[in-house]
Amino acid sequence: MEYLIGIQGPDFVLVAADNVAASSIIQMKHDYDKMFKLSEKILLLCVGEAGDTVQFAEYIQKNVQLYKMRNGYELSPAAAANFTRKNLADYLRSRTPYHVNLLLAGYDDTDGPGLFYMDYLSSLAKAPFAAHGYGLNKRFILNLPSFTVRLIDKEGIHDLEKLTHGAK
Amino acid sequence: MALQDLCNYHDILVDDATSESAPFGKRIGFKNMSGLTLRNSTSLFKFYIPAPEYLEGSPIQFGQVSTIQSSKDILHPDSILQSLSSLTAPPLASSQSVPLPFPMSHGTTTLAFMFQGGVLAAADTRSSCSGLVACPAAQKILPIHSHLVSTTSGTSADCALWKRILARELRLYQLRHGRRLSTGGAAKLLSHMLHPFKGTKLCVAATLCGWDGGEVEECRDQDFDLKDCREVTKSQVRSLEKSLDASLDKAQRASLEADGQLSLTRKKQSFSGPRLFYVCSDGTRLQGSLFSVGSGSPYAYSILDQGVEWKLTVDEAISIAREAVYRATHRDAYSGNFVDIYHISSKGWTRRSREDLKEEYYREKEKRTKEKRDVAGLDSVCAEK
Repeated sequence: MEYLIGIQGPDFVLVAADNVAASSIIQMKHDYDKMFKLSEKILLLCVGEAGDTVQFAEYIQKNVQLYKMRNGYELSPAAAANFTRKNLADYLRSRTPYHVNLLLAGYDDTDGPGLFYMDYLSSLAKAPFAAHGYGLNKRFILNLPSFTVRLIDKEGIHDLEKLTHGAK
Repeated sequence: MALQDLCNYHDILVDDATSESAPFGKRIGFKNMSGLTLRNSTSLFKFYIPAPEYLEGSPIQFGQVSTIQSSKDILHPDSILQSLSSLTAPPLASSQSVPLPFPMSHGTTTLAFMFQGGVLAAADTRSSCSGLVACPAAQKILPIHSHLVSTTSGTSADCALWKRILARELRLYQLRHGRRLSTGGAAKLLSHMLHPFKGTKLCVAATLCGWDGGEVEECRDQDFDLKDCREVTKSQVRSLEKSLDASLDKAQRASLEADGQLSLTRKKQSFSGPRLFYVCSDGTRLQGSLFSVGSGSPYAYSILDQGVEWKLTVDEAISIAREAVYRATHRDAYSGNFVDIYHISSKGWTRRSREDLKEEYYREKEKRTKEKRDVAGLDSVCAEK
């Protein structure tokens, strides 16, 4: 029921995620932010099983920040994506696999914008556009009321306006 | 052992029994749950995470409610045997390791919301057990410390145990760092402590309601505290984590270290005010301003969603909370009896005396008949004219 989408442009990446935090059929929060800021120019969007998303995303987030503290410079989006994938793969065949689907979007100063699609079986693909979930609005029986939209370009991460459809 | 035969888990149990850490044997929650004579209570835990089967299951499992989970507050030994045997031939293999979204049937109604006067938490007091009322006067709101209270939902035994563990950890933190851990920190701590039990039958859904605030008090001995903090983390980690859960280790250490750093710099806490967090044993941790948990929560939500706003006075908030619990208990079979209301403000929590909802029902009825009489009287007056 959760939705993520990312689109890579010539010098930017645009990402959007829905805002619902649900517990079975009840919407517990309708302004929940699913994007985790890994660094000034990298965002990790994470959906999947309830506790796994936050645990895994925060783990990756703290490790990327640790890398910067240790080495003085930040991981590139490609490096961060591969690091994330490696962690997913390591946990996949353990007792506690993480059931999360991810999009990693970032802007590298040398390589330009990048969008990486990862799923819970730890596949990784760099793609010009990618999505997780069902984003239909008019035809889907469960409507997602609002979406957070962010843009990453060489200046960093910008918040764009929240998109809301109909009654919130 | 009958359990092993049922599930063909000899190898896993035998291999890992030797390498398990002792502290797990002390987990009272598990012992309550088992009712079977298990040599090592960790074997019950191991059983619930069958890694090989997970890969054979079909891709998207979460989001589907299984028939296994049932609405019991206190687990019956019989029901466990039943559910365990049904787990051996699962249609969706990963439904064992992936806990399902809550079937809305943890027999209770609890709610909490923030408003200008602090946080208000309310809950019913019926404790049910497979269709009978085990206790009509249970306590579902447990204070953790002077400024933090938590509502409990799920398995009563699990909730009681984890609340005590949380209280102990918060007190230790306070002694080491000279300040209270914030509500968000407490929520994160609880959520990290519950993470290793994900996929098991542990069921705790709590809302932590607290008031953060005040200045950082003087730390006794900063270096010593930090070292203590690290030692605690390691031992905590050893006693709580399973062999491969390195992420929890790092994350917990990182968060505790960060807190240690904060106490070193002696920053004044920038935020002071009410805070409300929902923590669930499936790993959810949400901050919000209004939560209701339990089988009666949809009914409570309907009252709260239309009545709660920031600028309520304390009395108005109390009456809305009472009304919401009353409506939920009216319709939900697993909620009822009395209502407990706690109010958390900057001075700490205060508890109202327990109110019988039966009286609320009669008051409501009387009000209704009075209104009818008034309307009828008005009609007759109009008719005369």
